[in-house]
Amino acid sequence: MRTLLILTLVAFTLAACEREDREYRSNPVSAESNEKIALAPLSPGPGGPTEQRSGLGKDYEENAYHISQGQRFYVWFNCNGCHANGGGDSGPALMDDRWIYGGQIENIVQTIREGRPNGMPSFRGKIPDDQIWQIAAYIRSMGRNVPKAAAPGRKDDLSPGPAEQRRPPGEVIDGGQVSPSAQMPQ
Amino acid sequence: MKRVAPLLFIVTLPLAGCQGWQSALDAQGPAASALAGMFWIFVSVLGTVWLLTMAALLLSLRRRRPAHADPLATDPRTERRMTITISIAIGLTLVTVIGLTGLSYAAQKALFSHKDGALTLMVTGQQWWWKITYEDEQPSRVFTTANEIHIPVGEPVLIKLEASDVIHSFWVPNLTGKMDAIPGRQNQLQIQADRPGVYRGQCAEFCGLQHAHMGMLIIAEAKDDFERWRSHQISSAIPPDDPERQRGMEVFLSKPCVMCHQVRGTDAGGKVAPDLTHVGSRRYIGAGTLETTRGNIAAWIIDPHGVKPGVNMPTIQLEPDEVQPLARYLEGLK
Repeated sequence: MRTLLILTLVAFTLAACEREDREYRSNPVSAESNEKIALAPLSPGPGGPTEQRSGLGKDYEENAYHISQGQRFYVWFNCNGCHANGGGDSGPALMDDRWIYGGQIENIVQTIREGRPNGMPSFRGKIPDDQIWQIAAYIRSMGRNVPKAAAPGRKDDLSPGPAEQRRPPGEVIDGGQVSPSAQMPQ
Repeated sequence: MKRVAPLLFIVTLPLAGCQGWQSALDAQGPAASALAGMFWIFVSVLGTVWLLTMAALLLSLRRRRPAHADPLATDPRTERRMTITISIAIGLTLVTVIGLTGLSYAAQKALFSHKDGALTLMVTGQQWWWKITYEDEQPSRVFTTANEIHIPVGEPVLIKLEASDVIHSFWVPNLTGKMDAIPGRQNQLQIQADRPGVYRGQCAEFCGLQHAHMGMLIIAEAKDDFERWRSHQISSAIPPDDPERQRGMEVFLSKPCVMCHQVRGTDAGGKVAPDLTHVGSRRYIGAGTLETTRGNIAAWIIDPHGVKPGVNMPTIQLEPDEVQPLARYLEGLK
């Protein structure tokens, strides 16, 4: 009886070994995930605008591996060139709670893929779809809009603030002020 | 005899490891020779000590003693003999330990004394490949390559080791011992090859998923060959002249490849993945993972995570008729 108990306890510790699934190999056949995100609440006719979210977002923003890959690509693809470490520079800040084009992960994916007025370039065809999702998940982690356990615990470089994991949970307020690049004299 | 023969065979098998490809005991440079010499001295001295100790133990175990000896009885003659024996044993132990310490110290001095070398390389460990920059006083002669180091035979080469993400370790067993590459600091190491040849190196500090596939080649060649290689590597990629390779170049420049890879002489200027300017001239792709053939390049592009799961090279969207031109273009970047 005692042996059985000990064996069960040992088996329980084994259950803790698998923290999360890591998917390295994206599907090579599918082109890009199909999001339809309306940016305006108005639409003609009844029922409001069409919104289509693929549900992929949860897989990315609750996964520490995807978020840490996003952190790597954020620098590799020069996002920090305009958005700095999330505090914003010529591009808007990413770590605050204001989102000009919506703060859900699908909105961020759309923003990266399509580009936005006043300087955000379109990365369609330049960044593979799964990497766009990973970057978007990392951007969500900047304002701690992802689970604490999944947010990055450290940076490779010096960081001006605490690691994403140690930031207080954030909220998302859609619609922000005009981006800094738009305020500059044109 | 029936049982001895296989046993002998098994005992002699490890000796095969002393030769050739990536072996610290097949020393091809001064640093590796110093290390291999140390290894053999330590093995023979300590092996002898072990054999002597075992023999003494066996002798004392097998020695007959009187049936009813008094354990407390002392005999002055035996006592003296025992004192002398133990003194000699302690003396020998001290000589061995001090001697080996001295040897080890002398070998270390030889290992870490740097001669002035004509050639300085910056080697940056990255997950999971090696970025290699040949430094030069003239900025126009500085160039970057990946995973394949060419050095002139018989000349000391200074290697500055850095890492961009996690700790890696530079290890080319035939030429030198290990040296860690640590983010945020620079370690220096000198290598020299006494004979021309191709020596394999490997990351020797666990650095993540594909640590095992983080290899490199050191190619030691005559000074003339090395200079010819270097002046070729400095040059930009030659633009393709046949239509299929031109199409391959268009594909390369319009796809995500350019976000990370550089081909000097084109618009592709990414700096975070291996420089592909002369990728076709290197013997392996994927940091010593696959031989450089057109088929392997195509396989690597189509399914990098099948070859090297977790690698930072993504799976990209390619039309079927784009693969062959792209692979041909890259293969032709000699």
